[in-house]
Amino acid sequence: MAGKPVLHYFNARGRMECIRWLLAAAGVEFEEKFIQSPEDLEKLKKDGNLMFDQVPMVEIDGMKLAQTRAILNYIATKYDLYGKDMKERALIDMYSEGILDLTEMIGQLVLCPPDQREAKTALAKDRTKTRYLPAFEKVLKSHGQDYLVGNRLTRVDVHLLELLLYVEEFDASLLTPFPLLKVRPTQRGSHTHASENTWWDRGLRSLLSGL
Amino acid sequence: MAGKPVLHYFDGRGRMEPIRWLLAAAGVEFEEKFLKTRDDLARLRSDGSLMFQQVPMVEIDGMKLVQTKAILNYIASKYNLYGKDMKERAIIDMYTEGVADLEIMILYYPHMPPEEKEASLAKIKEQTRNRYFPAFEKVLKSHGQDYLVGNRLSRADIALVELLYHVEELDPGVVDNFPLLKALRSRVSNLPTVKKFLQPGSQRKPFDDAKCVESAKKIFKIVLPEDSIRSSRWNRWNTL
Repeated sequence: MAGKPVLHYFNARGRMECIRWLLAAAGVEFEEKFIQSPEDLEKLKKDGNLMFDQVPMVEIDGMKLAQTRAILNYIATKYDLYGKDMKERALIDMYSEGILDLTEMIGQLVLCPPDQREAKTALAKDRTKTRYLPAFEKVLKSHGQDYLVGNRLTRVDVHLLELLLYVEEFDASLLTPFPLLKVRPTQRGSHTHASENTWWDRGLRSLLSGL
Repeated sequence: MAGKPVLHYFDGRGRMEPIRWLLAAAGVEFEEKFLKTRDDLARLRSDGSLMFQQVPMVEIDGMKLVQTKAILNYIASKYNLYGKDMKERAIIDMYTEGVADLEIMILYYPHMPPEEKEASLAKIKEQTRNRYFPAFEKVLKSHGQDYLVGNRLSRADIALVELLYHVEELDPGVVDNFPLLKALRSRVSNLPTVKKFLQPGSQRKPFDDAKCVESAKKIFKIVLPEDSIRSSRWNRWNTL
Protein backbone atom coordinates (compact mmCIF):
# COMPACT_ATOMS: atom_id res chain seq x y z
CA MET A 1 0.00 0.00 0.00
CA ALA A 2 2.27 2.79 -1.26
CA GLY A 3 2.27 6.26 0.25
CA LYS A 4 -0.30 8.57 1.63
CA PRO A 5 -3.54 9.47 -0.11
CA VAL A 6 -3.20 12.63 -2.21
CA LEU A 7 -6.13 15.02 -2.31
CA HIS A 8 -6.60 17.20 -5.38
CA TYR A 9 -8.81 20.22 -4.80
CA PHE A 10 -8.86 23.94 -4.25
CA ASN A 11 -7.56 25.31 -0.99
CA ALA A 12 -11.09 25.48 0.36
CA ARG A 13 -13.69 23.37 2.14
CA GLY A 14 -16.07 22.83 -0.75
CA ARG A 15 -16.75 19.18 -1.48
CA MET A 16 -13.43 17.95 -0.14
CA GLU A 17 -13.81 18.94 3.50
CA CYS A 18 -15.87 15.94 4.54
CA ILE A 19 -13.17 13.72 3.06
CA ARG A 20 -10.47 15.52 5.04
CA TRP A 21 -12.51 15.03 8.21
CA LEU A 22 -13.02 11.33 7.61
CA LEU A 23 -9.36 10.65 6.86
CA ALA A 24 -8.34 12.64 9.92
CA ALA A 25 -10.84 10.82 12.13
CA ALA A 26 -9.49 7.53 10.82
CA GLY A 27 -5.97 8.67 11.75
CA VAL A 28 -4.79 8.62 8.15
CA GLU A 29 -2.11 11.10 7.11
CA PHE A 30 -2.71 12.61 3.69
CA GLU A 31 -1.17 15.08 1.26
CA GLU A 32 -2.91 17.85 -0.60
CA LYS A 33 -2.17 19.27 -4.03
CA PHE A 34 -4.05 22.53 -4.30
CA ILE A 35 -5.44 23.77 -7.57
CA GLN A 36 -4.40 27.39 -7.62
CA SER A 37 -5.00 28.42 -11.21
CA PRO A 38 -7.13 27.43 -14.19
CA GLU A 39 -3.96 25.94 -15.68
CA ASP A 40 -3.62 23.56 -12.73
CA LEU A 41 -7.10 22.22 -13.35
CA GLU A 42 -6.54 22.01 -17.10
CA LYS A 43 -3.41 19.98 -16.55
CA LEU A 44 -5.24 17.53 -14.31
CA LYS A 45 -7.91 17.13 -16.95
CA LYS A 46 -5.52 16.80 -19.84
CA ASP A 47 -3.44 14.18 -18.10
CA GLY A 48 -6.55 12.02 -17.87
CA ASN A 49 -6.71 12.07 -14.09
CA LEU A 50 -10.30 13.18 -13.68
CA MET A 51 -12.91 10.73 -14.88
CA PHE A 52 -15.58 13.39 -15.27
CA ASP A 53 -13.22 16.38 -15.48
CA GLN A 54 -14.13 17.23 -11.91
CA VAL A 55 -12.57 17.49 -8.49
CA PRO A 56 -12.49 16.30 -5.73
CA MET A 57 -10.13 13.58 -6.83
CA VAL A 58 -8.18 11.42 -4.41
CA GLU A 59 -5.25 9.21 -5.32
CA ILE A 60 -5.49 6.26 -2.99
CA ASP A 61 -4.33 2.66 -3.20
CA GLY A 62 -3.46 2.91 -6.87
CA MET A 63 -6.79 4.46 -7.83
CA LYS A 64 -7.63 7.97 -8.97
CA LEU A 65 -11.03 8.23 -7.38
CA ALA A 66 -13.45 10.96 -8.27
CA GLN A 67 -16.93 11.64 -6.83
CA THR A 68 -17.15 12.60 -3.19
CA ARG A 69 -19.36 9.73 -2.13
CA ALA A 70 -17.24 7.12 -3.88
CA ILE A 71 -14.22 8.45 -2.01
CA LEU A 72 -16.03 8.63 1.34
CA ASN A 73 -17.46 5.13 0.95
CA TYR A 74 -14.03 3.67 0.20
CA ILE A 75 -12.34 5.37 3.13
CA ALA A 76 -15.15 4.43 5.50
CA THR A 77 -14.98 0.79 4.42
CA LYS A 78 -11.23 0.59 4.51
CA TYR A 79 -10.97 2.02 8.02
CA ASP A 80 -13.95 0.16 9.42
CA LEU A 81 -16.13 3.20 9.94
CA TYR A 82 -19.10 1.92 7.97
CA GLY A 83 -21.00 -0.28 10.38
CA LYS A 84 -20.88 -4.01 10.85
CA ASP A 85 -23.41 -5.13 8.24
CA MET A 86 -25.75 -4.12 5.46
CA LYS A 87 -28.51 -2.85 7.74
CA GLU A 88 -26.18 -0.67 9.79
CA ARG A 89 -24.80 0.65 6.52
CA ALA A 90 -28.32 1.53 5.42
CA LEU A 91 -28.90 3.65 8.52
CA ILE A 92 -25.47 5.21 8.24
CA ASP A 93 -26.17 6.07 4.61
CA MET A 94 -29.59 7.50 5.36
CA TYR A 95 -28.26 9.70 8.15
CA SER A 96 -25.15 10.70 6.17
CA GLU A 97 -27.16 11.74 3.14
CA GLY A 98 -29.36 13.97 5.27
CA ILE A 99 -26.27 15.52 6.81
CA LEU A 100 -24.77 16.11 3.38
CA ASP A 101 -27.97 17.79 2.18
CA LEU A 102 -27.89 20.32 5.02
CA THR A 103 -24.12 20.79 4.80
CA GLU A 104 -24.53 21.71 1.16
CA MET A 105 -27.41 24.06 1.87
CA ILE A 106 -25.36 25.97 4.42
CA GLY A 107 -22.12 25.76 2.46
CA GLN A 108 -23.69 27.21 -0.68
CA LEU A 109 -24.90 30.36 1.05
CA VAL A 110 -21.59 32.08 0.40
CA LEU A 111 -21.96 31.37 -3.29
CA CYS A 112 -25.50 32.54 -3.86
CA PRO A 113 -26.28 35.92 -5.42
CA PRO A 114 -26.78 38.71 -2.84
CA ASP A 115 -30.43 39.22 -3.73
CA GLN A 116 -31.22 35.60 -2.86
CA ARG A 117 -29.08 35.33 0.22
CA GLU A 118 -31.63 36.44 2.77
CA ALA A 119 -34.28 34.01 1.62
CA LYS A 120 -31.85 31.11 1.28
CA THR A 121 -30.43 31.82 4.72
CA ALA A 122 -33.91 31.79 6.21
CA LEU A 123 -34.64 28.47 4.54
CA ALA A 124 -31.38 26.94 5.74
CA LYS A 125 -32.11 28.02 9.30
CA ASP A 126 -35.62 26.67 9.11
CA ARG A 127 -34.49 23.32 7.77
CA THR A 128 -31.76 23.10 10.39
CA LYS A 129 -34.04 23.59 13.32
CA THR A 130 -37.24 21.92 12.13
CA ARG A 131 -36.03 19.09 9.95
CA TYR A 132 -32.45 17.97 10.43
CA LEU A 133 -31.41 18.63 14.01
CA PRO A 134 -34.65 17.19 15.41
CA ALA A 135 -34.11 14.04 13.36
CA PHE A 136 -30.67 13.40 14.85
CA GLU A 137 -31.69 14.39 18.36
CA LYS A 138 -34.48 11.84 18.04
CA VAL A 139 -32.07 9.08 16.99
CA LEU A 140 -29.79 9.67 19.94
CA LYS A 141 -32.71 9.90 22.32
CA SER A 142 -34.23 6.69 20.99
CA HIS A 143 -31.30 4.46 21.94
CA GLY A 144 -29.44 6.59 24.47
CA GLN A 145 -26.10 5.39 23.12
CA ASP A 146 -22.92 7.36 22.66
CA TYR A 147 -22.87 7.06 18.89
CA LEU A 148 -25.50 7.30 16.21
CA VAL A 149 -25.33 3.73 14.88
CA GLY A 150 -24.29 0.43 16.36
CA ASN A 151 -23.01 1.78 19.64
CA ARG A 152 -19.61 2.61 18.23
CA LEU A 153 -17.95 5.34 16.20
CA THR A 154 -18.79 5.32 12.51
CA ARG A 155 -18.43 7.79 9.66
CA VAL A 156 -21.80 9.34 10.38
CA ASP A 157 -20.70 10.59 13.79
CA VAL A 158 -17.79 12.31 12.08
CA HIS A 159 -20.07 13.82 9.41
CA LEU A 160 -22.47 15.06 12.10
CA LEU A 161 -19.71 16.60 14.17
CA GLU A 162 -18.51 18.47 11.11
CA LEU A 163 -22.04 19.68 10.38
CA LEU A 164 -22.66 20.83 13.94
CA LEU A 165 -19.54 22.94 13.84
CA TYR A 166 -20.83 24.55 10.64
CA VAL A 167 -24.19 25.16 12.29
CA GLU A 168 -22.39 26.74 15.21
CA GLU A 169 -20.54 29.04 12.83
CA PHE A 170 -23.76 29.80 11.00
CA ASP A 171 -25.96 30.50 14.02
CA ALA A 172 -25.11 28.92 17.34
CA SER A 173 -28.57 29.58 18.72
CA LEU A 174 -29.92 26.91 16.36
CA LEU A 175 -28.31 24.29 18.56
CA THR A 176 -29.87 25.41 21.80
CA PRO A 177 -33.05 23.27 21.69
CA PHE A 178 -31.04 20.08 21.17
CA PRO A 179 -29.33 18.99 24.37
CA LEU A 180 -28.04 15.74 22.99
CA LEU A 181 -26.37 17.49 20.06
CA LYS A 182 -25.16 20.51 21.89
CA VAL A 183 -21.65 21.47 20.93
CA ARG A 184 -19.65 22.07 24.03
CA PRO A 185 -18.86 25.76 24.28
CA THR A 186 -15.18 26.49 23.86
CA GLN A 187 -14.58 30.18 23.96
CA ARG A 188 -17.86 31.64 24.96
CA GLY A 189 -17.78 32.62 28.61
CA SER A 190 -16.76 30.04 31.14
CA HIS A 191 -19.58 27.58 30.77
CA THR A 192 -17.32 24.62 30.28
CA HIS A 193 -18.92 22.19 32.63
CA ALA A 194 -16.83 19.18 33.37
CA SER A 195 -19.19 16.63 31.96
CA GLU A 196 -22.35 17.66 30.20
CA ASN A 197 -24.10 14.52 29.27
CA THR A 198 -24.24 15.16 25.57
CA TRP A 199 -23.36 12.99 22.63
CA TRP A 200 -20.61 15.46 21.97
CA ASP A 201 -19.01 15.04 25.33
CA ARG A 202 -19.47 11.38 25.90
CA GLY A 203 -18.79 10.08 22.48
CA LEU A 204 -16.64 12.58 20.73
CA ARG A 205 -14.32 14.07 23.29
CA SER A 206 -11.86 11.25 22.84
CA LEU A 207 -12.09 11.58 19.08
CA LEU A 208 -11.39 15.31 19.18
CA SER A 209 -8.46 14.95 21.48
CA GLY A 210 -6.86 12.73 18.87
CA LEU A 211 -7.33 15.14 15.97
CA MET B 1 -38.05 -11.31 5.61
CA ALA B 2 -41.71 -10.32 5.36
CA GLY B 3 -43.31 -9.22 2.11
CA LYS B 4 -42.26 -7.14 -0.82
CA PRO B 5 -40.58 -3.76 -0.62
CA VAL B 6 -43.11 -0.91 -0.68
CA LEU B 7 -42.19 2.26 -2.55
CA HIS B 8 -43.75 5.53 -1.45
CA TYR B 9 -43.67 8.27 -4.07
CA PHE B 10 -45.86 10.02 -6.59
CA ASP B 11 -46.82 8.33 -9.83
CA GLY B 12 -43.92 9.56 -11.88
CA ARG B 13 -40.21 9.03 -12.39
CA GLY B 14 -38.72 11.76 -10.23
CA ARG B 15 -36.13 10.45 -7.83
CA MET B 16 -37.66 7.02 -7.46
CA GLU B 17 -37.03 5.75 -10.97
CA PRO B 18 -33.46 4.48 -10.46
CA ILE B 19 -34.75 2.50 -7.48
CA ARG B 20 -37.46 0.90 -9.59
CA TRP B 21 -34.89 -0.03 -12.22
CA LEU B 22 -32.52 -1.58 -9.71
CA LEU B 23 -35.19 -3.64 -7.99
CA ALA B 24 -36.57 -4.80 -11.31
CA ALA B 25 -33.16 -5.73 -12.66
CA ALA B 26 -32.51 -7.68 -9.47
CA GLY B 27 -35.74 -9.57 -10.08
CA VAL B 28 -37.39 -8.20 -6.95
CA GLU B 29 -41.14 -7.70 -7.00
CA PHE B 30 -42.24 -4.53 -5.30
CA GLU B 31 -45.39 -2.62 -4.44
CA GLU B 32 -46.02 1.06 -4.90
CA LYS B 33 -48.14 3.40 -2.81
CA PHE B 34 -48.63 6.56 -4.82
CA LEU B 35 -49.00 9.94 -3.19
CA LYS B 36 -51.85 11.72 -4.91
CA THR B 37 -52.55 14.72 -2.70
CA ARG B 38 -50.72 16.90 -0.26
CA ASP B 39 -52.64 15.19 2.50
CA ASP B 40 -51.04 11.90 1.53
CA LEU B 41 -47.62 13.46 2.07
CA ALA B 42 -48.76 15.14 5.27
CA ARG B 43 -49.99 11.83 6.61
CA LEU B 44 -46.67 10.08 5.93
CA ARG B 45 -44.91 12.94 7.66
CA SER B 46 -47.13 12.91 10.73
CA ASP B 47 -46.82 9.12 10.97
CA GLY B 48 -43.12 9.64 11.54
CA SER B 49 -42.39 7.51 8.50
CA LEU B 50 -40.09 9.99 6.80
CA MET B 51 -36.88 10.74 8.63
CA PHE B 52 -36.36 14.06 6.84
CA GLN B 53 -40.00 14.63 5.84
CA GLN B 54 -39.12 13.62 2.30
CA VAL B 55 -39.81 10.92 -0.22
CA PRO B 56 -38.64 8.63 -1.82
CA MET B 57 -39.22 6.29 1.06
CA VAL B 58 -38.96 2.52 0.75
CA GLU B 59 -40.19 0.05 3.32
CA ILE B 60 -37.81 -2.87 3.11
CA ASP B 61 -36.73 -5.54 5.59
CA GLY B 62 -38.34 -3.81 8.54
CA MET B 63 -36.80 -0.42 7.76
CA LYS B 64 -38.37 2.78 6.44
CA LEU B 65 -35.48 3.99 4.37
CA VAL B 66 -35.29 7.46 2.92
CA GLN B 67 -32.56 9.09 0.82
CA THR B 68 -32.25 7.70 -2.66
CA LYS B 69 -28.58 6.75 -2.35
CA ALA B 70 -29.10 4.93 0.95
CA ILE B 71 -31.90 2.93 -0.62
CA LEU B 72 -29.92 2.11 -3.75
CA ASN B 73 -26.84 1.10 -1.74
CA TYR B 74 -28.89 -1.30 0.36
CA ILE B 75 -30.60 -2.93 -2.59
CA ALA B 76 -27.33 -3.26 -4.49
CA SER B 77 -25.64 -4.91 -1.50
CA LYS B 78 -28.52 -7.20 -0.76
CA TYR B 79 -28.81 -8.48 -4.30
CA ASN B 80 -25.13 -8.76 -4.95
CA LEU B 81 -24.90 -6.00 -7.55
CA TYR B 82 -22.20 -4.04 -5.79
CA GLY B 83 -18.96 -5.71 -6.82
CA LYS B 84 -16.91 -8.34 -5.08
CA ASP B 85 -14.72 -6.17 -2.83
CA MET B 86 -13.92 -2.69 -1.61
CA LYS B 87 -12.00 -1.63 -4.68
CA GLU B 88 -14.67 -2.78 -7.12
CA ARG B 89 -17.21 -0.94 -4.99
CA ALA B 90 -15.13 2.22 -5.25
CA ILE B 91 -15.09 2.07 -9.03
CA ILE B 92 -18.78 1.18 -9.15
CA ASP B 93 -19.54 4.14 -6.87
CA MET B 94 -17.51 6.52 -9.00
CA TYR B 95 -19.33 5.43 -12.16
CA THR B 96 -22.74 5.37 -10.51
CA GLU B 97 -22.30 8.83 -9.01
CA GLY B 98 -21.37 10.21 -12.41
CA VAL B 99 -24.46 8.66 -13.94
CA ALA B 100 -26.57 10.04 -11.10
CA ASP B 101 -25.26 13.57 -11.65
CA LEU B 102 -26.51 13.56 -15.24
CA GLU B 103 -29.62 11.57 -14.43
CA ILE B 104 -30.82 14.07 -11.84
CA MET B 105 -30.66 16.85 -14.44
CA ILE B 106 -32.79 14.72 -16.73
CA LEU B 107 -35.26 13.70 -14.05
CA TYR B 108 -35.77 17.32 -13.01
CA TYR B 109 -36.07 18.62 -16.56
CA PRO B 110 -39.85 18.10 -17.04
CA HIS B 111 -40.48 19.90 -13.76
CA MET B 112 -38.51 23.02 -14.55
CA PRO B 113 -40.17 26.36 -15.24
CA PRO B 114 -40.72 26.76 -19.00
CA GLU B 115 -38.32 29.69 -19.33
CA GLU B 116 -35.46 27.60 -17.91
CA LYS B 117 -36.07 24.48 -19.97
CA GLU B 118 -34.13 25.42 -23.06
CA ALA B 119 -30.92 26.14 -21.19
CA SER B 120 -31.34 22.98 -19.16
CA LEU B 121 -31.77 20.83 -22.24
CA ALA B 122 -28.72 22.38 -23.87
CA LYS B 123 -26.67 21.62 -20.78
CA ILE B 124 -27.91 18.03 -20.65
CA LYS B 125 -26.97 17.48 -24.28
CA GLU B 126 -23.59 19.09 -23.90
CA GLN B 127 -22.63 17.14 -20.81
CA THR B 128 -23.91 13.89 -22.27
CA ARG B 129 -21.96 14.20 -25.48
CA ASN B 130 -18.79 15.77 -24.10
CA ARG B 131 -18.41 14.39 -20.62
CA TYR B 132 -20.41 11.38 -19.58
CA PHE B 133 -20.83 9.22 -22.64
CA PRO B 134 -17.16 9.55 -23.68
CA ALA B 135 -16.09 8.63 -20.14
CA PHE B 136 -18.08 5.42 -20.11
CA GLU B 137 -17.27 4.50 -23.69
CA LYS B 138 -13.63 4.81 -22.68
CA VAL B 139 -14.10 2.44 -19.76
CA LEU B 140 -15.67 -0.23 -21.91
CA LYS B 141 -13.00 0.20 -24.54
CA SER B 142 -10.20 -0.04 -21.99
CA HIS B 143 -11.03 -3.56 -20.84
CA GLY B 144 -13.20 -4.83 -23.68
CA GLN B 145 -15.47 -6.66 -21.25
CA ASP B 146 -19.20 -7.02 -21.34
CA TYR B 147 -19.85 -5.02 -18.20
CA LEU B 148 -18.40 -1.90 -16.65
CA VAL B 149 -16.79 -3.45 -13.56
CA GLY B 150 -15.45 -6.85 -12.67
CA ASN B 151 -16.64 -8.57 -15.80
CA ARG B 152 -20.12 -9.08 -14.44
CA LEU B 153 -23.37 -7.19 -14.05
CA SER B 154 -23.45 -4.54 -11.33
CA ARG B 155 -25.61 -1.60 -10.39
CA ALA B 156 -23.35 0.61 -12.49
CA ASP B 157 -24.48 -1.13 -15.69
CA ILE B 158 -28.13 -0.85 -14.71
CA ALA B 159 -27.83 2.82 -13.83
CA LEU B 160 -26.01 3.56 -17.06
CA VAL B 161 -28.48 1.68 -19.23
CA GLU B 162 -31.39 3.51 -17.60
CA LEU B 163 -29.56 6.74 -18.39
CA LEU B 164 -29.06 5.74 -22.01
CA TYR B 165 -32.78 5.25 -22.45
CA HIS B 166 -33.63 8.52 -20.73
CA VAL B 167 -31.12 10.58 -22.68
CA GLU B 168 -32.39 9.31 -25.98
CA GLU B 169 -35.82 10.64 -25.19
CA LEU B 170 -34.32 14.12 -25.12
CA ASP B 171 -31.54 13.69 -27.68
CA PRO B 172 -32.60 11.03 -30.16
CA GLY B 173 -29.83 9.07 -31.79
CA VAL B 174 -27.08 10.25 -29.47
CA VAL B 175 -26.26 6.71 -28.33
CA ASP B 176 -25.50 5.72 -31.93
CA ASN B 177 -22.27 7.68 -31.66
CA PHE B 178 -21.07 5.42 -28.85
CA PRO B 179 -20.96 1.84 -30.16
CA LEU B 180 -19.84 0.19 -26.93
CA LEU B 181 -22.54 1.94 -24.93
CA LYS B 182 -25.05 0.84 -27.52
CA ALA B 183 -23.86 -2.75 -27.20
CA LEU B 184 -24.05 -2.58 -23.40
CA ARG B 185 -27.58 -1.33 -23.62
CA SER B 186 -28.60 -4.24 -25.84
CA ARG B 187 -26.86 -6.76 -23.65
CA VAL B 188 -28.43 -5.51 -20.43
CA SER B 189 -31.84 -5.03 -22.07
CA ASN B 190 -31.84 -8.69 -23.05
CA LEU B 191 -31.37 -9.96 -19.52
CA PRO B 192 -34.68 -11.60 -18.59
CA THR B 193 -35.46 -9.31 -15.65
CA VAL B 194 -34.63 -6.14 -17.56
CA LYS B 195 -36.43 -7.34 -20.67
CA LYS B 196 -39.55 -7.84 -18.60
CA PHE B 197 -39.24 -4.39 -17.06
CA LEU B 198 -38.96 -2.82 -20.51
CA GLN B 199 -42.26 -4.31 -21.64
CA PRO B 200 -45.40 -2.16 -21.54
CA GLY B 201 -47.44 -2.67 -18.39
CA SER B 202 -44.42 -2.92 -16.11
CA GLN B 203 -43.80 -0.55 -13.23
CA ARG B 204 -41.36 1.48 -15.30
CA LYS B 205 -42.65 5.03 -15.55
CA PRO B 206 -42.95 7.03 -18.77
CA PHE B 207 -41.43 10.46 -19.26
CA ASP B 208 -42.99 12.80 -16.69
CA ASP B 209 -45.61 14.50 -18.87
CA ALA B 210 -47.54 17.71 -18.18
CA LYS B 211 -50.21 15.91 -16.19
CA CYS B 212 -47.58 14.23 -14.06
CA VAL B 213 -45.80 17.54 -13.47
CA GLU B 214 -49.07 19.12 -12.33
CA SER B 215 -49.69 16.27 -9.94
CA ALA B 216 -46.21 16.62 -8.46
CA LYS B 217 -46.64 20.35 -8.02
CA LYS B 218 -49.84 19.75 -6.10
CA ILE B 219 -48.30 17.25 -3.73
CA PHE B 220 -44.90 18.79 -3.23
CA LYS B 221 -46.03 22.37 -3.02
CA ILE B 222 -42.58 23.65 -2.21
CA VAL B 223 -42.91 27.36 -1.80
CA LEU B 224 -39.38 28.52 -1.27
CA PRO B 225 -39.16 31.88 0.44
CA GLU B 226 -37.49 33.19 -2.69
CA ASP B 227 -40.46 32.13 -4.81
CA SER B 228 -42.83 34.11 -2.65
CA ILE B 229 -40.55 37.10 -2.83
CA ARG B 230 -40.48 36.84 -6.61
CA SER B 231 -44.25 36.61 -6.82
CA SER B 232 -44.83 39.56 -4.52
CA ARG B 233 -42.53 41.66 -6.68
CA TRP B 234 -44.50 40.60 -9.71
CA ASN B 235 -47.73 41.56 -7.98
CA ARG B 236 -46.39 44.98 -7.17
CA TRP B 237 -45.31 45.45 -10.78
CA ASN B 238 -48.65 44.24 -11.97
CA THR B 239 -50.57 46.90 -10.07
CA LEU B 240 -48.53 49.78 -11.48
